[in-house]
Amino acid sequence: MDKDDSGSDYTEYWIDWFLGMKGNEYFCDIDPEYIRDRLTTLIDIITDVSVIDDSLPEKKRREIEDDCKFLYSLIHSRYILTIKGLSQMYEKYTDSDFGYCPREFCRLQPLLPVGLSDIPNLSTVKLYCPNCEDIYNPKSVRHSRLDGAFFGTSFPAMFFQTYPELIPTHSLNIYTPKMFGFHVHQSAQLTRWRLFQREKQMKELESQDIDIGTSTPGGYK
Amino acid sequence: MTTNRIVESDQMSQESGSDEEQPWIQEYCMMFGHEYFVEVSNEFIEDDFNLTGLSSIVPFYREALDMILDYQPDYQIKSESLPIIHHSAELLYGLIHARYILTKPGLQAMAGKYEKAVFGTCLRVHCEGMYLLPIGRYDQVGIETVRLYCPSCNDIYLPSSSKYLHIDGAFFGTSFAILFVNMFNEIQRRVNLIPKQIFDLKLFGFKINKIAPSGPRMKWLRQYPTNSAEEEELQRCKFEIPTLETESETDVKMGSD
Ligand SMILES: [Zn+2]
Repeated sequence: MDKDDSGSDYTEYWIDWFLGMKGNEYFCDIDPEYIRDRLTTLIDIITDVSVIDDSLPEKKRREIEDDCKFLYSLIHSRYILTIKGLSQMYEKYTDSDFGYCPREFCRLQPLLPVGLSDIPNLSTVKLYCPNCEDIYNPKSVRHSRLDGAFFGTSFPAMFFQTYPELIPTHSLNIYTPKMFGFHVHQSAQLTRWRLFQREKQMKELESQDIDIGTSTPGGYK
Repeated sequence: MTTNRIVESDQMSQESGSDEEQPWIQEYCMMFGHEYFVEVSNEFIEDDFNLTGLSSIVPFYREALDMILDYQPDYQIKSESLPIIHHSAELLYGLIHARYILTKPGLQAMAGKYEKAVFGTCLRVHCEGMYLLPIGRYDQVGIETVRLYCPSCNDIYLPSSSKYLHIDGAFFGTSFAILFVNMFNEIQRRVNLIPKQIFDLKLFGFKINKIAPSGPRMKWLRQYPTNSAEEEELQRCKFEIPTLETESETDVKMGSD
């Protein structure tokens, strides 16, 4: 190879630069004409400029259909980070389209979709609860098969940075198991430690003059 | 107790019992939405000691008990009281059930369901599909419906299906799930295999600043000690929550309910 592996060298062509990157040695150089052709077909179908050619064999048609879905989903993860995309997701969130947190003390807090990776095919979509700040698997099998990359890792953080008023006031409740009326020793000890951590964090936030009051988004109740 | 009558009517029902007639308990446990219930043995119900105190909670107690045990009553039941007796029978069965599942055969029967994940799996991603157990937050009837306890995150959840949203939590009770975990070491072993992970929300790969409203505020909920200083802190939590040095007197309560 005559090029710097880091790909930092200035190159005139994107494809050349991409192929020159370390790890991309297996890729061949695609004819730009083919790329343009292929993508135009997909974009035209997605935007209803044209439909999938009926005369094509079934297998080919299904392949194009799958490519359309994949392209749409990839663009989706970028779109929902734009102002317009965020406002559309706002509607869906306030309608609880993504379901509710199953945790008892989250009291049916609406959820948001999140990916554990931005690279497709690595993991399925998860649901983020802004009350307990934890992630859950979707209840239905249909949703649990969706690729997480179609929503991305940054979406919930972007969403709540855009709409901070939607951040819930966190419930302070923690479940403490009891057996015949008594606390269970081991778990009670861990619970006390967690409450101690909670206390420390609240003190720290207060010392920085952060409002964590009962009616503040991000506060405690 | 009218033991004689029970024996008599039992014999009678055995003689006249047709093949298609299903025992009340079996039928009840097979009903839609009743999947969490195990069948309580007649033996357990016939022991008066196991029913102590229930007659004062359940209206039409005698009639309800006879219905559960499929005894043919030697008294007349007014047709207008039948719906109430049906309701009483379900209430009585639930309360007996809560006691039965604390016994050895009851725990065994529940274990059979647990192994088949009849109570569902924890939806929390970092619990890695841990099997759940039914739990009531109250032992008194009529306060709250059944919840599910996860031995991994030590938290409680709503059942995934609405068909369980009318099952009283008291029919499983506050102590069963914890006792169950203590009885079967295998569960703790399974929990120990699950990595103790906490989810961090990120924006373009960066953690959110602590002081931002959307920053982490709930880490403590799922936290485990990760270094020796925190381990030492945990040791100090054996009997009480340590007081923060800066505070004169902070009264920290266990925030349940
Ligand atoms: Zn939650």
